[in-house]
Amino acid sequence: MAKKKKATKKKVAKKKVTKKKVAKTTKKKATKKKATKKKATKKKDGLFDSLLELIRQTSTVLPDDIQKVVLEALHREEKNTTAEYAMNIIKANIELAEKKSQPICQDTGTILFYVNHPEGFKQNEFTKVVHKAVKKATALGYLRQNSVDSLTGKNECMNVGPGHPDIHFHEHKKKHIEVKLMLKGGGCENVGAQYKLPDVGLDAGRDLDGVRKVILDAVVKAQGKGCGPGVLGVAIGGDRGAGYVKSKEMLLRKLDDTNSHPDLKKLEENIVETSNKFGIGPMGFGGKTTLLGCKVGVLNRLPASFFVSISYMCWAYRRQGITLGNNNIIKKWLY
Amino acid sequence: MKKINYPFKREEIRDLRVGDMVLISGKMYTGRDAVHKRLHEGTKPPIDLNEQIIYHCGPVVLKDKKGKYEVKAAGPTTSIREEPYQWEVMRDYGIVGVIGKGGMGPKTLEGCQKYGCVYFHAIGGAAQVLAEKIKSVDNVYWEDLGSPEAIWELTVEDFPVVVTMDSHGGSLHAKVQESSENIFKENL
Repeated sequence: MAKKKKATKKKVAKKKVTKKKVAKTTKKKATKKKATKKKATKKKDGLFDSLLELIRQTSTVLPDDIQKVVLEALHREEKNTTAEYAMNIIKANIELAEKKSQPICQDTGTILFYVNHPEGFKQNEFTKVVHKAVKKATALGYLRQNSVDSLTGKNECMNVGPGHPDIHFHEHKKKHIEVKLMLKGGGCENVGAQYKLPDVGLDAGRDLDGVRKVILDAVVKAQGKGCGPGVLGVAIGGDRGAGYVKSKEMLLRKLDDTNSHPDLKKLEENIVETSNKFGIGPMGFGGKTTLLGCKVGVLNRLPASFFVSISYMCWAYRRQGITLGNNNIIKKWLY
Repeated sequence: MKKINYPFKREEIRDLRVGDMVLISGKMYTGRDAVHKRLHEGTKPPIDLNEQIIYHCGPVVLKDKKGKYEVKAAGPTTSIREEPYQWEVMRDYGIVGVIGKGGMGPKTLEGCQKYGCVYFHAIGGAAQVLAEKIKSVDNVYWEDLGSPEAIWELTVEDFPVVVTMDSHGGSLHAKVQESSENIFKENL
């Protein structure tokens, strides 16, 4: 599956090259049009195309690090069980979505952009192009009409409205622009949870063991409703808002990375190992894999507050990223 | 692997048990949050739902150049949100099957027993595999609810599901919930 992905990306790159070649030949033949064509090629800003391709890729191709753990989970399940059956359909779905270039899941989710940019970057202009690309991706069926007016119930804004898409800008010291995109479905978002420690019912105190207990509680409460096996993004600390934002940022980490903090590394491993003993399994059918990963980050907190915020990501873990080169053309894929 | 074909019969639905892997062929209607709310508030459904299957799904549907609908992605949505209403739809309109994901609660399970209905679990997120099983979009009702919330009349072939709640009180979800909670308590 990994090979196929590279091929698709190359194909896109090739297409662009071919387009340039055609332009060159036309230039030679038609001298009259030469000046205008040249100008157009030179000034052509690739941002819209790059963002549209980022959305297409994110919605239709699961990144390698995620495909790898999904396949491992399939092989762990016992033969001829409903759990194995579910994982086999998931595998077939990943392959089919990529082949047909259609959404892996019909719930194309909250559209979360994370943009790292250099100093002097124009956020408003960038936002306008993002909106244009999102509308186009919706018209092309890479995204579902998925943005409902909470008062009128109307769903016809092509995914551009208050809070949608959700764009997070961050200034970094590097010279290039980096755009990450996550599409997070509603089913998994609904099983996210926020706890405040201490939690009397769970006998969870204000320490890492208390954190461990509430995370496990969230896993049991989620059962199969979030399209497991899933991945948890967790934030310890922060206020309620910052905690949830941070927990989602944790889902931008690669699944095979290692937490640099030894205690958090241990906690992440412990959560996955313990959760997989619960026997909830794929789709909650019962089985060996309940979680594919857990990523924990930390924020400072007030003396009075101790929040643990948990974002659940379904197996259809759609996130991708690009760095932009000259004329905002895609230079590199990040996952 | 079992197969059920349209027109569905309540007696054959009664034969299904938790754990059965089933391929469904024939007609089904999508219906999710807004449809169930509207039915609950007393509006009659635009089609006869007796011995029909409701699919909790908000598909990605595009119109092609000839104005024909084409389903681009169509996996199940989380069913538990319909827990307050689903049993009423069984009682009032006689559905024999609900397809969704994540399972449903005791009200629905009681409804399944009382009125002869089962809960079919489709694979969440598998929007492409499931869309491929949809052979045609035959009609659309209540389009004012928005595309994902409308009632889409679909014809499917070998649509893969697992029975996780049957009409005899069996629920895989209740079982897994209980055993996982016990293991969780041991690990506190």
